[in-house]
Amino acid sequence: MSSASITRTTVSSLNAAAHTGRGRLVLGLLGAVTALLAWFLLSRGSDNPYFPPLEAIVERAWEYWTTPEGVDNILASLRTLSGGLFFAIVLGVAIGLVIGQLAVVEQTVTPSLEFARAIPATALIPFALMLFGVSDEMKIFLIALGCIWPILLSTADGARGIDTTMRDSARAFQVEGIQFQRYVMLPAVLPRILVGIRIAIPLSLILMVTSEMVGVQQGLGFVITQAQATFQILTMWSGILILGILGFLLTFAYSLIERRLLRWADPRRDRES
Amino acid sequence: MLIVSDMEKTYPTKSGGFTAVSGMSFHIEEGELFTIVGPSGAGKTTLLRCISGLDDVTAGSVTFNGQQVSGPPREFAVVFQDYARSLMPWITVAKNVELPLMKKGISAAERAQRVASALEEVGLADAMEKKPFQLSGGMQQRVAIARAIAYRPQVLIMDEPFASVDAQTRADLEDLLLRIREETGTTVLFVTHDVDESVYLSNRVAIVSRSPSRIDEIVDIPLPYPRDQIRTKSLPEFATLRTHVFGRIREMVSTATPMAA
Repeated sequence: MSSASITRTTVSSLNAAAHTGRGRLVLGLLGAVTALLAWFLLSRGSDNPYFPPLEAIVERAWEYWTTPEGVDNILASLRTLSGGLFFAIVLGVAIGLVIGQLAVVEQTVTPSLEFARAIPATALIPFALMLFGVSDEMKIFLIALGCIWPILLSTADGARGIDTTMRDSARAFQVEGIQFQRYVMLPAVLPRILVGIRIAIPLSLILMVTSEMVGVQQGLGFVITQAQATFQILTMWSGILILGILGFLLTFAYSLIERRLLRWADPRRDRES
Repeated sequence: MLIVSDMEKTYPTKSGGFTAVSGMSFHIEEGELFTIVGPSGAGKTTLLRCISGLDDVTAGSVTFNGQQVSGPPREFAVVFQDYARSLMPWITVAKNVELPLMKKGISAAERAQRVASALEEVGLADAMEKKPFQLSGGMQQRVAIARAIAYRPQVLIMDEPFASVDAQTRADLEDLLLRIREETGTTVLFVTHDVDESVYLSNRVAIVSRSPSRIDEIVDIPLPYPRDQIRTKSLPEFATLRTHVFGRIREMVSTATPMAA
């Protein structure tokens, strides 16, 4: 067997592995470990103050983020994050359902929505500060404002495109109002809502950090800017590391929840794949 | 009881409009099993949608017990061809049957009783807690029928309900429908493209032409009930009626599309 064909066999068996759940997990872990190892090796013994060794960052992360102060900062961030996402989801789904089902409302509000959506949420930080002062409410407001769009638009789109046979069979049996929303519309639109939330999660992290960088006295974003300002580069990097881990865990946890909900909403999904 | 009079349905298109049904008139008597049969593309589904109030008519009218139909009347239940999409996949079989009953005026106890007896009736008493996807196609259509009978309609409207199941299941479901009608006396409006099915089930068969479709002929089917898949279908009258209906449809298809021949 020539080396070329061996390589080909290896590549094709790796490709095959990529299509199984376990194969995907193994490949993903392999990639992550390689990346960490590269970071570790490349930064090893670094005396550049801006790029400290990974070891030192991890050490600092362990030192600082396990103290009550560190934990408080993480909790403060999580609090605003979940508050913001909560309002984004509840309002996004509710408004999306209305817009998607009432053509009149849709046609009336779409231009204004497109306009509002085009404004980056961060541009409203000064306004939010004016409205709520330096507070959790300000941060929650910003996160909700920025994250509502993908959820709202995806929900509206899903509600508009609900299967006609399904809608007709509900109509023919006079399943209306709350019953219709609860047993027909909401489950039918759920996959689209979940997609919207998946897009909103990374946005919420960005907005969380950004809002914590302006004037607030708590949270991951605050610690990172504060550390930078006082030239504690290690602490700054450790904050970034924690943010990365937080984002990863959040996405991972969400994907588990999402899969369960999708299976509930459409059990046929599993059989097809 | 149900009167369709000079009904027309035109869908807007870029080139002006497509008339699916035009000058359609017939009436259905109480307790009758009335079937509409016609070649594919004859606007049969359009006709049913208008009669069941899911679509508005462009001209003419549909009246039920003297009342003009606009929007689905409470007295009608519909069984769709596509059972996989007409049942909600996320709720159980029992909940699917119960959902149309969940409005004021029907107590929880009565709902449970109606759901149980309807599922019993269609032979699915054991499947109450299953999800629709766990059942075969024929069983799912039985759930859809159970949903319709639990609703206790005066008119049962069925749009090619047995077109997507295998032949044996189809025969079983036809007999189930005949039995339910026998027991409840419900008026049935049935649409099919299957000539044998139309003759086997009905009191009267309406043959509709290709679109813009209108009634071509209404054929009385004086075969005695209860009917039987083997005995009824081997009657000489059955063969005569079947041949007649089939001949009309063939004629229509060959004159309407000389290109296809």
